Amino acid sequence: MGAAGVAGSTLSVLACQPNTNPQQGGGGGGGGPEAKELSFYNWTGYVAKSTIPGFEKQTGIKVTQDFYTSNEELLAKLQAGGTGYDVIVPSDYMVGIMIKSDVIQPLDKSKIPNFKNIGENFRGLSYDPDNEYSVPYQWGTTGILYNKKEIGELEESWDAMWDPEFEGKVGMLNDVRETMGAALYRLGYSVNTTDPDQLDEAEAALKEQKPLLRGYFDSHSGSLPLVENGDLLLGHLFSGDAFLALSRSSDFDYIVPKPGATRWTDNMAIPAGAEHPDNAHKFINYILDAKVGAALTNFTYFNTPNEAALPMLDEALKKLPGYTLAPEVYERLQIIQDLGEATRDYERRFTEVKSA
Amino acid sequence: MGGEKGRSWTFGLVGLLTPVTLWLGLFFLVPLLIILAYSFGTSGVYGGITLGFNPGNYLKVFDPLYLEIIVRTFVIALINTFLCLALGYPLAYFIALKGGRRKNTLILMVMIPFWTSLLLRSYAWVVILSGNGIANRALQFLGITDEPINLIFTPQAVTMGMVYSYLPFMILPLYAALEKFDVSLKEAAQDLGASRWHTFWRVTFPLSMPGVIAGSILVFIPSAGEFVIPTLLGGSQTVLVGNLIQQQFLQARDWAFGSALAVMLAALLVGAIMFYVRKVGAEKLEGV
Amino acid sequence: MGESKGGPVYKGLGKIPDRALLLFAALMYMFLYAPILVLVFFSFNSSKSTQVWTGFSTEWYGVLIRDQSILDAFRLSMIVGVTATTIATVIGTLTALALTRHRFRGKTVADSAIYAATVMPEIVVGVSLLVFFVAAGLQLGITTIIIAHVAFTVSFVTIVVRARLSGMDRSVEEAAQDLGANPVETFLRVTLPLILPGVMAGALLAFTLSFDDFVITFFVAGVGSSTLPLQIYSMIRFGVSPAINALSTVVLVATMVLIFGGSRIFVSKENTQG
Repeated sequence: MGAAGVAGSTLSVLACQPNTNPQQGGGGGGGGPEAKELSFYNWTGYVAKSTIPGFEKQTGIKVTQDFYTSNEELLAKLQAGGTGYDVIVPSDYMVGIMIKSDVIQPLDKSKIPNFKNIGENFRGLSYDPDNEYSVPYQWGTTGILYNKKEIGELEESWDAMWDPEFEGKVGMLNDVRETMGAALYRLGYSVNTTDPDQLDEAEAALKEQKPLLRGYFDSHSGSLPLVENGDLLLGHLFSGDAFLALSRSSDFDYIVPKPGATRWTDNMAIPAGAEHPDNAHKFINYILDAKVGAALTNFTYFNTPNEAALPMLDEALKKLPGYTLAPEVYERLQIIQDLGEATRDYERRFTEVKSA
Repeated sequence: MGGEKGRSWTFGLVGLLTPVTLWLGLFFLVPLLIILAYSFGTSGVYGGITLGFNPGNYLKVFDPLYLEIIVRTFVIALINTFLCLALGYPLAYFIALKGGRRKNTLILMVMIPFWTSLLLRSYAWVVILSGNGIANRALQFLGITDEPINLIFTPQAVTMGMVYSYLPFMILPLYAALEKFDVSLKEAAQDLGASRWHTFWRVTFPLSMPGVIAGSILVFIPSAGEFVIPTLLGGSQTVLVGNLIQQQFLQARDWAFGSALAVMLAALLVGAIMFYVRKVGAEKLEGV
Repeated sequence: MGESKGGPVYKGLGKIPDRALLLFAALMYMFLYAPILVLVFFSFNSSKSTQVWTGFSTEWYGVLIRDQSILDAFRLSMIVGVTATTIATVIGTLTALALTRHRFRGKTVADSAIYAATVMPEIVVGVSLLVFFVAAGLQLGITTIIIAHVAFTVSFVTIVVRARLSGMDRSVEEAAQDLGANPVETFLRVTLPLILPGVMAGALLAFTLSFDDFVITFFVAGVGSSTLPLQIYSMIRFGVSPAINALSTVVLVATMVLIFGGSRIFVSKENTQG
């Protein structure tokens, strides 16, 4: 104890870079077989009731679930050295970041034969072109949920979110890329642009929109109940949440606007330095099974990348407007990529808008 | 004579627990030092940080946008403190001096709501204050309004939410200070002909000053770091420095700048507190 | 002559200012409990929503009993809360004593450190503690959570207890010392009872801070050590389940029963003083 000890440990902490370099590549643990354990780090409520028990029964591996609240918190924790998790569920742009900062490990596809169930449209997406590090879990779009009963049917455009007629009854997402994205889509630009002029235009559009807004909200816990309760007439929402409203009442409708909208994908990945990579691969393979995939989607009401699961989905779900997308809709959907340095520019602009 | 002895026995007692205190001091101080070190570092593009000597992070704080946010935060924290004092003092007074046998129960009753998640209570406020909620319906019923008005997702809702959230931080120290108040002093003053009001301002309130000071500090300081209420009850339309720092560590992945902001905030607030304490008279905070 | 000390609870309520005070207190309690009532209400909702009422149902109480992960999280939060509060209260009280009754070099630094600890935004404390734990080779888990909770609540206890200590009459302590009591005895039998309401207030505050903490706990928690807030805040994305409302209601009712049922223990000793 004593001053020397304090000084010593402080110095060693300061000397360390928190962006630790854990072991790379698959097969983290030593030579012998892994313990029959798995640590699954995910959002609460993002698995069906049968998912985990089914896996435990089939393989005898005990699963411990832990929870994070956002992709960014997940990243910060992993980068600061928080280890012990075997499977994580990052979103598309976050997979890109994690690959670049060596926080996740490459997958051994030979251990994931069910990968064949993933549809063509969901393989090799831009953030992980060969699915080297990640496998899709659920996906969806970001569009507009609105009260069709009150305002009639809308054309597929973002203009309604800027319409003064709906002043005080519009909600946008509290998400910098999605909301800047909405402005960029409306202007016909790419959601991943770094062109300062285009960004200036988007920022101006958002500042113009702000007086009309009720606020910037979360999708499920913010805008969804507000639209359902009538506080909002139009809500910028993720599709899965919109489908919940649509399934509860026919007063609402969901559109995926032109000329562009976001298509997002959540994925499964294995952190570098995971203690049970073999079990992790087994788990990922299990999730990609057709029956398991169907049960998952029937619970979450999101879209599934698992083609083999499609026939087993609830009919009611498949019939919801905006659920099954026509091929030409895919063409106008864009995937959000991480922009490295430019991310800070986006953040600052959004802060300016919110502070205005 | 008594003073001499008095000083040494408390010191001996504290001395007994020095190892434990030091060990915990480590977990308390070292993070502060780490953040100080980070504030001079350089953030990696994808997160993480490289240490060094980069004062640029502090220069970034002097951006008009960020300064505006800091000032706004201070103003809101100050208003919050005054409101908590105005509303919390009478309640603490009631419990401490009028609660009699029930005062322990009463003070516990104040705290029980706060053992429910703030998230749940915030959603409940949204329900209460929404267009079709109880508040609006009551207003219409009483004839004060004839159609629903925007109560939630306004700056006023944020103010109310912050008061709601920080009341215990004011009530508990006030209660602690008021409770020791010797009833006989007050009665002596009244026997000598002082009016109730006079008694309160000249006797009760000054003696409760340590509680007022402690409560003010415990409300003002954490208020400045608040980020949840503006998001949940304000529709994210009020940006406070807490939101900003949160954003730097998470979305912007700029740990160095976030750390610099945190250090600046700490320096400003601690400076303000030390000034306040000195001005009000440090002896109010010290033992006799 | 004057009125008697102690006596019935609400003495003198015939006077208007006292009535006004009582009314104000009642209104304040209503303000504090308004969201709680809504919360309890929604624990009986028939759909998954905690904000849109669809009908009456008690199904969520059934879901709660069968949901092991929520119950585990609650148990963990209680363990962490009680342990961290106890440690923080002891250390905080002793620190308050030392700071209030001593003038020593570096006191200003100590004061500043105490205030600085209450200032630091949670994300900053969380990330730095995680980095520190990792560098020190500590395994993340319940222990790291408890350490972190003590670290961030100690200052609050100190500040509250100081409010109680200030201006306190030392004559009884000095009398005890003159009569030959040693420091520990003096503390336990004289000082502590006098400052007890302050210590209890500090403990209450520490527990409240610990029980609902999310950000710091998130960063320092290990595998399998998800506290209740970690589970709840993570529900924002897919919806907070009314089972959580059910849990809160059960806890609320249980606490009320304990307090009112056990109120004899809490009766103030004021009436027994000479």
